[in-house]
Amino acid sequence: MSEHVVALKTNVAVWLVLLVLTGVTTSIAFVDLGSLNTVVALVIATCKALMVVLIFMHVKYASDKLVKVVVLSAVFFLLLLLGLSLADYSTRLL
Amino acid sequence: MEQQRDASSLGMWLFLATEIMFFGGMFCAYLIYRLWYFPEFAAASNSLDITLGTVNTAVLICSSLTVVLAVRAAQIGKRQAQVIYLALTLVLGLAFLGIKAVEWTSKFKEHHIPGPTFHFEGDVPGHPGRPVDQQHAQIFFSLYFAMTGMHALHMIIGVGIFSYLLYYACKGRYTPEYHTPLENSGLYWHFVDIVWIYLFPLLYLIDRKK
Repeated sequence: MSEHVVALKTNVAVWLVLLVLTGVTTSIAFVDLGSLNTVVALVIATCKALMVVLIFMHVKYASDKLVKVVVLSAVFFLLLLLGLSLADYSTRLL
Repeated sequence: MEQQRDASSLGMWLFLATEIMFFGGMFCAYLIYRLWYFPEFAAASNSLDITLGTVNTAVLICSSLTVVLAVRAAQIGKRQAQVIYLALTLVLGLAFLGIKAVEWTSKFKEHHIPGPTFHFEGDVPGHPGRPVDQQHAQIFFSLYFAMTGMHALHMIIGVGIFSYLLYYACKGRYTPEYHTPLENSGLYWHFVDIVWIYLFPLLYLIDRKK
């Protein structure tokens, strides 16, 4: 099995979408959505990060399942760190 | 060969996993203080230059594309294109650092660097006449400089790595059969890009609506 070469068209399309999403996230920050502003900004950032990881970093095409396991477990432990810390700090009665 | 390539890429991802936890600690501190001192975080975030921040995000995204194209050029054996894309990546990486230096200089002039001379003028958003707490604003800027500083250090290391790659790409070391250094350095560069993809909305885009 040889290495997967991503089509030029795919790379350019991902790049364009990333640029458009950057513009969208900046302009939407000036629209009052209440507490949804933060949610929207983080959802857009996560979409961008997903595209970079899957296409630019070739995780989608990785022939080695272990790479996918490492990526997923890294994200899992990061969410564990953030989730459990915030579950504590956001529910404290000072 | 296939197995060697898989092993090197797995090793790089393990390193990136430790990097994720390294930046994760700072993101965690940021989220907790943002929860506690939201008004000061909003006021301080509004003092950052959103135009330069957006431009820098775009610069970094473009540099990710040139890295991808450099790796691709190596995969399909286009040596000249590989050198050009590596050089473009270096230019874009240095442009990012230059813009960052301009931003830091203006923060320095405004006394927004945490320390004895720190001073942040401004009212709590939505409450004109109620000045923000200096200590809480200072925490925002401590986190801002720690996070963008560590990110910039990663960029400087990245520029060093890509200078090395450019030198050996000119000598024709990377071929369709062997370009592991290029592939793994690319993974590093994209990771640094992803950190910025999260830093940008979290630092620059708090409560921008007026």
